[in-house]
Amino acid sequence: MTRRRLHRVGYNAAAVLVLLVTVFPIYWMVATGFKRGPDILSFEPKWLPIPGTLENYRSAIAKPHFLQDVGNSLVVVVATVVISLALAFLAALAAARFHFRGRAALIVMLIVVQMVPLEALIIPIYLSLDRVGQTDQLAGIIVTYLTFVLPFSIWTLRGFIVNIPEELEEAAMVDGCTRAGAFRRILFPLVAPGLVATAVFSFILVWNDYLIAYVLLRSPEKQTLGIWLASFTTNHGTEWGGVMAGSTLFAIPAVLFFLLVQRRVVSGLTAGAVKG
Amino acid sequence: MVRPATALAGRTTTRRRLAPLVPYALLAPALLVLAAVLGFPMYRLVGLSFQQYGLKELFAGHGTWIGLRNYQDILTDSFFWTVVARTIAFAAVCVGLTMGLGTLVALLLRNLGRPMRVLVTAGLVAAWAMPTLTAVSIWQWMFDFEFGVVNWVLTKLGFEGYSQHNWFDQPLQGFAVIILVVVWAALPFVAITLHAGLTQVPAELEEAARVDGAGAWQVFRHITFPVLKPIFLILATLSTIWDFKVFTQIWVMLNQRPSREYFLLGIWSYSESFGVTRYGKGAAIAVVMVLLLMALTFFYVRQMLKAVGP
Repeated sequence: MTRRRLHRVGYNAAAVLVLLVTVFPIYWMVATGFKRGPDILSFEPKWLPIPGTLENYRSAIAKPHFLQDVGNSLVVVVATVVISLALAFLAALAAARFHFRGRAALIVMLIVVQMVPLEALIIPIYLSLDRVGQTDQLAGIIVTYLTFVLPFSIWTLRGFIVNIPEELEEAAMVDGCTRAGAFRRILFPLVAPGLVATAVFSFILVWNDYLIAYVLLRSPEKQTLGIWLASFTTNHGTEWGGVMAGSTLFAIPAVLFFLLVQRRVVSGLTAGAVKG
Repeated sequence: MVRPATALAGRTTTRRRLAPLVPYALLAPALLVLAAVLGFPMYRLVGLSFQQYGLKELFAGHGTWIGLRNYQDILTDSFFWTVVARTIAFAAVCVGLTMGLGTLVALLLRNLGRPMRVLVTAGLVAAWAMPTLTAVSIWQWMFDFEFGVVNWVLTKLGFEGYSQHNWFDQPLQGFAVIILVVVWAALPFVAITLHAGLTQVPAELEEAARVDGAGAWQVFRHITFPVLKPIFLILATLSTIWDFKVFTQIWVMLNQRPSREYFLLGIWSYSESFGVTRYGKGAAIAVVMVLLLMALTFFYVRQMLKAVGP
């Protein structure tokens, strides 16, 4: 009994440590965002943002091009997600539900392709887009995002579809439904949550990108929000309040969406790979 | 009465004849787009790596074929081997820490009471949800040399010389901070996924092993781990892929001008291409990076393919 209690205390102590390491940095960001200047630049940390201020948020939003960059981010993200989801759904259907020549090769390709780092492909992509005058254009960056969002979406959606028992569609077809009808009436409603999850996770992938936007978008009025945020941090050692307020603003949409789909992402990412 | 039946039969035969084409029709749009946005750049990348391609060629719109010269250049450059070793070491430490600590946290979650478990899971999810850029700014601020909370805590704990200590003066310490950022962001995914996987481990088996006198490590090694192995492999592969090509964390952490001591393959390739406009050489470095990554993950990918089946 005592030994058990000792274990329990140990586990809880470890849990508190994990909690501290994961949550404190986030708390520190939010708290710093609400602190007044002198409280941020104090050699003795002020643990609570009291008295607080909204000045940091005001100055972050008042930075040039903030609203424009929010708009750019939304256009880019929504376009990428819609295009890739439509294409990926059809392809995932083929990869999960049909037996055809080249299916194994397709699956190998989907796995291998996700290993090719975009950090390597950005060079030829930049040069090609430059040739056709599409650097510093939102269309160019949307096409570029498809290089990783599309394979990811196909792979994830395939995982979701594979997890839905095929017998359900077969039963519908025995009852006189066509194959297309079975997809529409049986599979589609069942996979709809998977579609939402894939869309949301693609959203997060694109929203969080830095490298591609940094390479492709040069003029301030074309930039996305990630570049706006990183432009803060270049002024080393100054304005931490603004940086933290900006970081919080940047994180909010990603966090909200992430909370929506977190459970499904775990099952999608791994289930897609272990089941066939 | 007869007519509709034959019409129906005729339609079914056409349908049957067209049926084998359906999967290809479904795949075609996605594959065409992938060929354009992924296949073509890959082909171009390899081509570029055999070319002299600088500012002059950028304006002309085409490079000059120089065969293996780019590769010769980098392979005979001792800096190349430093960067390769550094990249592999960096990825190995990140993956090792992520997987090791992630497993420990997953096991811890299982041993917690419900309220504490929910709390810790919520904390993990919160950290996981943070965009990379946000995470980098947070830790940059926490490690700020003047007003950073880390230096203050270390000084309070009695460590000498951490007030006004600049963590990025020494690459080894700088990398420690960068590894911390990478692991902090990657650990939640691993811990939560492994914890989900742990629910598949039959409790009776572990109990039986314990009754038979197995210690905690033996139970984990012989009962728990074999069940987790497929998930473990996938997580390790994904982590390797992600950590091998780390770019943003270093680039933004060091204010977009990291010194050469901080170059990993990704950063080096970027700075050769976009910093000093030697796109050909940058492409050659990128090709080497892709090949290394493929070699490192070959084993895992083969395992994964076995699991997926033909």
